[in-house]
Amino acid sequence: MTVAAVEAVDVSRTYELDGVSVSALRGVSLTIDQGEYVAVIGPSGSGKSTLMHLLGGLDRPTGGRLVIGGRDVASLTAPELATLRNETIGFVFQAFHLLARTSAVDNVALPLVYRGVGARQRRERAAAMLGRVGLGHRLHHRPNQLSGGEQQRVAIARALVTEPAVLLADEPTGNLDSATGEAVLELLERLNAESGVALVMVTHDQEVAARAHRRIAVRDGLIRSDTRHDRPGSAGSGAPATLDPAPSAEPRSASGSGPGHPPGGSGGAAGATGRLPRTGAGGAG
Amino acid sequence: MRVAEAWRVALDALRANRMRSLLTMLGVIIGVASVVILVAIGTGTKQQVEQQVEGLGSNLLLVVPGKIEVGTAPVVSPLDLKDVDAVSRVVGDPGRVAVTVASGATARAGNRSDFTTVQGVLETTPSVFTRSLSRGRYLTGADVDTSRRVAVLGASVARTLFPERDPLGQQVTLAGVRFRVIGVFAPLGQSLGVDRDDEVHVPVTAAQRLWGTQRIDGIAVKAPDRERIDQLGERIVAELSRRHPDTEFSAVTQQQILGVLGDILGVLTGVLAAIAGISLLVGGVGVSNIMLVSVRERTREIGLRKAVGARPRDIGVQFLLEAVLLTSIGGLTGMALGVGTALLVDAFSPIPAAITWWSLALAFGVSAAVGIVFGVVPAQRAGRLDPVVALRAE
Repeated sequence: MTVAAVEAVDVSRTYELDGVSVSALRGVSLTIDQGEYVAVIGPSGSGKSTLMHLLGGLDRPTGGRLVIGGRDVASLTAPELATLRNETIGFVFQAFHLLARTSAVDNVALPLVYRGVGARQRRERAAAMLGRVGLGHRLHHRPNQLSGGEQQRVAIARALVTEPAVLLADEPTGNLDSATGEAVLELLERLNAESGVALVMVTHDQEVAARAHRRIAVRDGLIRSDTRHDRPGSAGSGAPATLDPAPSAEPRSASGSGPGHPPGGSGGAAGATGRLPRTGAGGAG
Repeated sequence: MRVAEAWRVALDALRANRMRSLLTMLGVIIGVASVVILVAIGTGTKQQVEQQVEGLGSNLLLVVPGKIEVGTAPVVSPLDLKDVDAVSRVVGDPGRVAVTVASGATARAGNRSDFTTVQGVLETTPSVFTRSLSRGRYLTGADVDTSRRVAVLGASVARTLFPERDPLGQQVTLAGVRFRVIGVFAPLGQSLGVDRDDEVHVPVTAAQRLWGTQRIDGIAVKAPDRERIDQLGERIVAELSRRHPDTEFSAVTQQQILGVLGDILGVLTGVLAAIAGISLLVGGVGVSNIMLVSVRERTREIGLRKAVGARPRDIGVQFLLEAVLLTSIGGLTGMALGVGTALLVDAFSPIPAAITWWSLALAFGVSAAVGIVFGVVPAQRAGRLDPVVALRAE
């Protein structure tokens, strides 16, 4: 058994909004091992985005213990946490979050800037990474000169250029049409298999979630189920786990997305891949 | 590496918003330029005054009745020529003592006239003050002793009254009395706001007779050396006070005049610089404002940078550099503009202007400091942004 990439023990996260405490997570325990392929599913407002922010070290828990890359988040200062993110975590966002006016290769090289890598080496590594995601011919294009799928692939290259232990993908296909989304998913899965980076993908698309080896269903700030199964089709049992109560969450999602998150707000290809209206980046609390 | 990136990003941000950057800089440019120009004018004026006071002569001691202070009323002089003799005895050399009794008068020659200052003086004037003649001769002791009606014209008086003729030997009428022109001064130009070419020198005795008075306005002494000048002044004042117990006398040196004038001009320069400084401050507020806008606009970028490992400091430095770059570029431009304008003013207007290195260093230092001071708050705000909130910003 290798050391866990991320370990959360009874982690909770409470927000103070105008003096009212809102619990986004109410005691979550889970371990992400190296090389795992995990889907985190749940409706809007379930706390899955909060969980993702915590696992990525973007946020700190208000209770419980969170260990990322062997380091307890509670013991780290803000700069140390930033360094930990740089070394251990790669992020892929639904909205890509590429720097406009900056070429693909420089976008990919950005995390290396904060690692203190020299300019020349940065570019070499970024270019190589872009080659791995199939964008070797787009090094000097700016985001607005790239298609949505290409932009997300640049973002994936940026997430992986630091060779992190965990790749956190928050609705990575949410802004893409189904064919492009499928290609991006395949790329993520291939990189997960090739490089051994743990892939944690937040989604509320059941079809997308079904491809993962492990599915964690989050609802009302708690983990409702955590099921592992073999690579689909590789073993006899093959089919996605059925213990998962997530399907029952779907109507909730459709009718009751959180305030400020109108259904379908992101304008994604909702009809193409799933039955669910897409929400924004996912309500945290 | 990180700092290099911060520079690159800061420059890129300024380039991306060229118009906005330029307008923001404009405040700093105007502020720095006005500091440079106004300090240059103040310094130039001060230098000019110093030159003019020095140009009067060296080791001069001016003795006048009354106190020499700003805001005191002039005093009617009780001095007469006997007092001058007494002062000469104190000095020990009559050749070092000059006097003046001056009054405005109309000088006429033929059908031309000029309102000018007639000064009754001793023959010692050219050796006490720095004056030289372009033509003819100066007054002699005999001219003074015999109250001879002879006159030495200032350059502009000579030009006005005798535009085409040689004034030497011609008659001029001063306050209705005819004098013969025996000499013309070389041009001197302005000094302390007075046209020193607009005067006529006549023997003091003739002048006193002209105005029916025995008084003289003041005494000037050329001290033998600088070291004993103050002591000499005290002895002269003591002697005059003994002769005129009811009147106060003052003896001032050029250094004292320079000191007083320098103080006044220094205050003036300071006030001008402060006014200009206010505009620089306003420019700084503009920078602060734009930086806050810039932070808000780029909140998502800040969130992303933090997500991939930028520390709060990295973000803060990036925005601080942007602010400092704004004000520094503005400061350099303002300096160039200020120096250029000051040189033009000096060359093409009667106002003197002198560029001093300290004013340039100060203006640039202040503009960079303005960038730091007014950039710190936006930069800190950017550095402290919660990455989760920042990433979600619209």
